Amino acid sequence: MKVSMTVNGKAVSGEAEGRTLLSSFLRDGLGLTGTHVGCDTSQCGACVVHIDGKAVKSCTVFAADAEGAKVTTIEGMANPDGTLGKVQQAFQDHHGLQCGFCTPGMVMSAAALLAETPKPTEADVRHYLEGNICRCTGYHNIVKAVLAASGQDVSKIAAE
Amino acid sequence: MPKDHGIGASSKRREDVRFLTGKGRYTDDINLRGQTHAVFVRSQVAHGKIRKIDTSDAEAMPGVIKVFTAADFDGKGGVPCGWQIHDRAGNPMLEPKHPILAEGKVRYVGDAVACVVAETLAEARDAAEAVVVDIEELPAVVDMKAAVKGGALVHDDLGSNLCYDWGFIEDNKAATDEAFKTAHHVTTLELVNNRLIPNAMEPRVAIGDYSQAGDDYTLYTTSQNPHVIRLLMGAFVLSIPEHKLRVVAPDVGGGFGSKIFHYIEEAFVTHASKVVNRPVKWTCSRSESFMTDAHGRDHVTKIELALDKDGHFQAIRTETYANMGAYLSTFAPSVPTYLHGTLMAGNYKTPHIYVNVKAVFTNTVPVDAYRGAGRPEATYQLERVIDKAAREMGIDPIEIRRRNFVGKDEFPYQTPVAVQYDTGNYQATMDKLVEIADIAGFERRRAESAKKGLLRGLGVNCYIEACGIAPSNLVGQLGARAGLYESATVRVNATGGLVVMTGSHSHGQGHETAFPQVISEMIGIPENMIEVVHGDTANTPMGMGTYGSRSLAVGGSAMVKATNKIIAKAKKIAAHLMEASEGDIELKDGKFSVAGTDKSVDWGAVCLAAYVPHNYPLESLEPGLEETAFYDPSNFTYPAGAYACEVEVDPETGKVTVCSFAAADDFGNIVNPMIVSGQVHGGLAQGIGQAMLEAAAYDGNGQLLSGSYMDYAMPRADDVPFYKVDHSCQTPCTHNPLGVKGCGEAGAIGSPPAVVNAVIDALQHGGHNVTHIDMPVSPSRVWSAING
Repeated sequence: MKVSMTVNGKAVSGEAEGRTLLSSFLRDGLGLTGTHVGCDTSQCGACVVHIDGKAVKSCTVFAADAEGAKVTTIEGMANPDGTLGKVQQAFQDHHGLQCGFCTPGMVMSAAALLAETPKPTEADVRHYLEGNICRCTGYHNIVKAVLAASGQDVSKIAAE
Repeated sequence: MPKDHGIGASSKRREDVRFLTGKGRYTDDINLRGQTHAVFVRSQVAHGKIRKIDTSDAEAMPGVIKVFTAADFDGKGGVPCGWQIHDRAGNPMLEPKHPILAEGKVRYVGDAVACVVAETLAEARDAAEAVVVDIEELPAVVDMKAAVKGGALVHDDLGSNLCYDWGFIEDNKAATDEAFKTAHHVTTLELVNNRLIPNAMEPRVAIGDYSQAGDDYTLYTTSQNPHVIRLLMGAFVLSIPEHKLRVVAPDVGGGFGSKIFHYIEEAFVTHASKVVNRPVKWTCSRSESFMTDAHGRDHVTKIELALDKDGHFQAIRTETYANMGAYLSTFAPSVPTYLHGTLMAGNYKTPHIYVNVKAVFTNTVPVDAYRGAGRPEATYQLERVIDKAAREMGIDPIEIRRRNFVGKDEFPYQTPVAVQYDTGNYQATMDKLVEIADIAGFERRRAESAKKGLLRGLGVNCYIEACGIAPSNLVGQLGARAGLYESATVRVNATGGLVVMTGSHSHGQGHETAFPQVISEMIGIPENMIEVVHGDTANTPMGMGTYGSRSLAVGGSAMVKATNKIIAKAKKIAAHLMEASEGDIELKDGKFSVAGTDKSVDWGAVCLAAYVPHNYPLESLEPGLEETAFYDPSNFTYPAGAYACEVEVDPETGKVTVCSFAAADDFGNIVNPMIVSGQVHGGLAQGIGQAMLEAAAYDGNGQLLSGSYMDYAMPRADDVPFYKVDHSCQTPCTHNPLGVKGCGEAGAIGSPPAVVNAVIDALQHGGHNVTHIDMPVSPSRVWSAING
């Protein structure tokens, strides 16, 4: 079947089987390989995208169910001039990523958190990111980056 | 004022920009023209005879190109083991064949029996369901001690499940036994180092691409060491000469050891791409990862510590059963032996040490190196038994360690377990730990916890590791079938920018940022004039890859050597340009000058002269500016540190919360402090994960019970605190040019005993006579220990 949606502000359409997951449609159909697939039980969160503004694991959604939706992926998170967006920049500034594989989902979840809760506490961040697994960073610098992206002072948190 | 570039600066990572914008190029992001898809049919039983594989229904399904079985690999080798251990009697270990697809028997749940190659992934999956495999199930062996006491044979032809019975050092045994007879006090501890599943977030992927035009092959794979894969697969499995085989490991989403090894899927797709004459892609599902990625740890150990009346260590004796799983993974035999026995001295002076390890085949996934590899197992048992001894003898756990440290003036220190530590200052790292962990304030925090009805505990431990792996001649004597040098080519361009082609491989460690910092410092040019290329055998010199905290210590040293050659040649060119003597040329801040004069020439001008040699000493010097160096270390490096963990235990439920974790490390010199801290953070979470949450569980029939993220508890953001890390104690390595020691594994090595020591401290202080709880210290285990 033909599926149409808006991805990163651009109208797109493509063929998908009924069983095609949104994550596959984005990666294989549209070539947007920034959305990663790290598990097959919707646990790891590497595939998080925004659907109509909400953070969703794109491996839990059929492409067909996103018909007509507004989807944002990691490829749509930079500023219009191509520089890193606020959350992305905070991740670089605070070394919130290492291998980069969980990073797209982590950034998408963090952005959704900040949209809901502009000044989260450390506990808010840790709780919200519970559905995103990172094996590299031990979460220290991710939590720090998210707090920094919210405009809070993180200088008291161990510097490096 | 912190440095803003070069060695010692926390330069921001340049690789982050592509990772943060979705522009990373991981193996699964690669799709080749005409690509087909492979899906494996895997054994659902742990042990059985294959009676029949019926592929006819599958072959008739839409899109199916071919269904492969073992018969399609007649004449091909099995995936080889890279390390041969000799047992106590001097006999070589038992070494079974590990075929690409199961031959006659399946030996673990997940063992590959057949593989469907089809036009689309969905068609391959559908057809794999239709392959009928008739297996006569045999009794499985899962428990190691049962396996060596007459359990079913994993490999009938070997006649035993005991891979080797290793003694280290055999000559130490008599004196060690004697020391126990005369000891004032002996502390004994039996413990399990729990089996773990590495879980790099990127599942493994392999794409084979045979080209009829060149009769050559390209393998794209999620590997930490593409040259090693090329050598092993080309020479031992598929008989493809290396010049006809290119291995590319592009952006790799974490490894932690699990992507060192040569896996059957890599050989499969490479061979299959020739058979079907199209690219063949295999992407591992996470469920498959759980049952096919090499697992880690899985030791069962009895350790004894002999002490004199003042708590000085007299002798250590250990007996360990180490699980190899069903086949020998690439470096599996080295992990419980030379990466474990050699570290049993820890940070302490213990005159007599004897280590016995029995490696055992079982019907489980092969076990191999996982972050730390052998060294966490050594550290855990040693630091647990020391803690137990301290409590038995009424000595403060920090004090007993201080009393036994190798002193700062006693280096180089020859241990009784072969290795010689070059430098260290263990009192200083302990002092630093006491400061950053605010040990002095612990009792106050304990009292606060008590007001909430919680038992607070403090656990402290030290660790040492052997990194910078490894001197080739030494490891060769110990059974390694490979050298462990590293390489680098530095190619300077005519306009002065340069590229480093390294045999190291970055899968999160930040080589693209840190390596240029070193060269920037050496030459005095901006970091952004330097680019790093890695991960492709076609454009990097033969290198051994990244593991064992070796990238900077070994790979970085090769890069320094190559850069020194560049500088030496550039000085000759500069001398010619300035009509000066070569010996008078100095290089500083990207400028060559003649000592004692105001004559100088810029780096860029020298580079240009090398490639546009109009005014050039052609009779004595070749044009161009490109050098390659190989570096083979003369010793391991020995990072060390002291860690402290505070926990709160809820005595009603047994729930443990990690309240704080502090790590004081000595990594020698440091190139990028930000990256180093990040490495420690990640290691700590993996170690805390091992201690608190993670366990690969099998039932008695060899079924993997923890086969998904719903059953295998990974540490998540709300399971861990902010960490306090410090690496200001620095005793530079004495034998590599950067004085670096390596930092990648420390956190995972040093943290598990701190957590368990803290839990025991909490319980004992709470009046519970608990001396040990095996990891993970889950609420049920803690509650059971409390309620006896």
